[in-house]
Amino acid sequence: MGVGINVENVNAWYGKSQALHDINLKIEANHATALIGPSGCGKSTFIRCLNRMHETTPDARVEGRVRIGDLDAYNGTSPTQLRRRIGMVFQKPNPFPTMSIYDNVAAGLKLNGYRDKKQLHDIVETSLKSSALWEEVKDSLHKKSGASLSGGQQQRLCIARALAVAPEVLLMDEPCSALDPISTGKIEELIFELKAQYTIVIVTHNMQQAARVAEYTGFFLLGRMIEYDKTEKIFTNPSDKRTEDYITGRFG
Amino acid sequence: MPDTTPTPAVLQISAWRRLKDHTATAFAIATVVIVLTPLVAIFGYLVYKGIGSINVAFLTQIPKPPGEVGGGMANAIAGSVLILAIASLLGVPLGIGAGIYLAEYGRNRFGDTIRFVSDVLNGVPSIVIGIVAYAIVVLRQKHFSALAGGVALAIMMVPTITRTTEEMLLLVPNALREAAYGLGVSRWRTTLSIVLRTATSGIITGVMLAFARVAGETAPLLFTAFGNQYWNWKLDQPTAALPLQIFTYAISPYDDWHRQAWAGALVLIILIVSAVAAVRFAVRRGTLGGVA
Repeated sequence: MGVGINVENVNAWYGKSQALHDINLKIEANHATALIGPSGCGKSTFIRCLNRMHETTPDARVEGRVRIGDLDAYNGTSPTQLRRRIGMVFQKPNPFPTMSIYDNVAAGLKLNGYRDKKQLHDIVETSLKSSALWEEVKDSLHKKSGASLSGGQQQRLCIARALAVAPEVLLMDEPCSALDPISTGKIEELIFELKAQYTIVIVTHNMQQAARVAEYTGFFLLGRMIEYDKTEKIFTNPSDKRTEDYITGRFG
Repeated sequence: MPDTTPTPAVLQISAWRRLKDHTATAFAIATVVIVLTPLVAIFGYLVYKGIGSINVAFLTQIPKPPGEVGGGMANAIAGSVLILAIASLLGVPLGIGAGIYLAEYGRNRFGDTIRFVSDVLNGVPSIVIGIVAYAIVVLRQKHFSALAGGVALAIMMVPTITRTTEEMLLLVPNALREAAYGLGVSRWRTTLSIVLRTATSGIITGVMLAFARVAGETAPLLFTAFGNQYWNWKLDQPTAALPLQIFTYAISPYDDWHRQAWAGALVLIILIVSAVAAVRFAVRRGTLGGVA
């Protein structure tokens, strides 16, 4: 089951330049939350702070408090511990090219020392079914490399890989921006189904996508969160002038 | 219906462009021929001169005393295998380890220093490396040995392997590291199971380059392995090696030894080529397996 996320006074830097200013946000468990805003506004940096991926960039730094369910992300939790409970899907599909489809899905468990073959097989199957890829790959699980799939299939493989470690939160950083409309549609359907079990945070440039999949939407601009509300409210009656300008296409 | 629309003028290839195209192609082919000619010529000449002297005795017997016809280089072949095995056992893990450090952790002053030292080491003449091995191994052990030869060759392998390993690891997209981190995989595990694995074939190429380069080295063995007319399997005893044997025989006054030197050179090249091919084959079969 998904857990809620509590963000208090998060600031983030790349070297000397500050990318996030005082972000405060409560993300609801088992819902999809979309983050929108123009390029460079900090929304990707923000979700990378949630699973402590931000600090893997050289010279990058985070301050503030992030709680994922009962875990205090920056206090007493190691990044690996934290990331085992938070799945992440990236902008460009990034399956492991040296591994078969099966091993890609099993990678998170195997690399963390999980050895039960029978269970592993079940988990791989369930994960591929959840990501709606099973029917397309079930006959070539061990024969084909993850990199031999099409772009849309690769992205669903990456989702299956993230689901296999049974996370509580799923972070998606523009998961459809490299995909064609049909693959995008499939992934959106998937997000719809997945939020019953996971808390989903999705960064997107596509405002229709935010409106379609998310119950809540946050609008970022220049490293600050301008507005955060029910998606419907953001898109029909935003309280901030800047949000309105952005969603009506006046800038960005 | 046949297509009768005339090709637009912009799509018609002018005679001048076609001439440029053909000239460039011809030039490229010519350079390939020029590069390959000496290679083929050397190998052809080696086969021509050496094949006649390769026989069972050559591959199974040790040298006869000077002036006597017959005998072989079996002990030198075995010695080369032994010395190269020592060199690879020492040099490959060291080189790959250093390469991993430089690529994954070495974005700092210390890393830059290692990079510089490694490039300098790559340019040090092999005879100097031999002297170093002489000083640190032979003088201490008080005699020439297979180990000293292996150490000398290992020192020569390390910089090449280090730098190619680093280059190959840096080619692995960061997206793959992040994918593994995102699954809660620790950094060292990511480096070993994802980054290193993805770069395997490139690293193997580097290792094989280093191996092939030192396999034919004579100078660093002159006062380390030293050479030996008899069998030796002990690490701390003087050992025969193919390049040394070829050198000794080639400058000798005996015709039979000259013929054997040619045969030795041919065997050396065949050994190197088959070792490289065998490793490549093994690696190709090993990829697309499971998570290590």
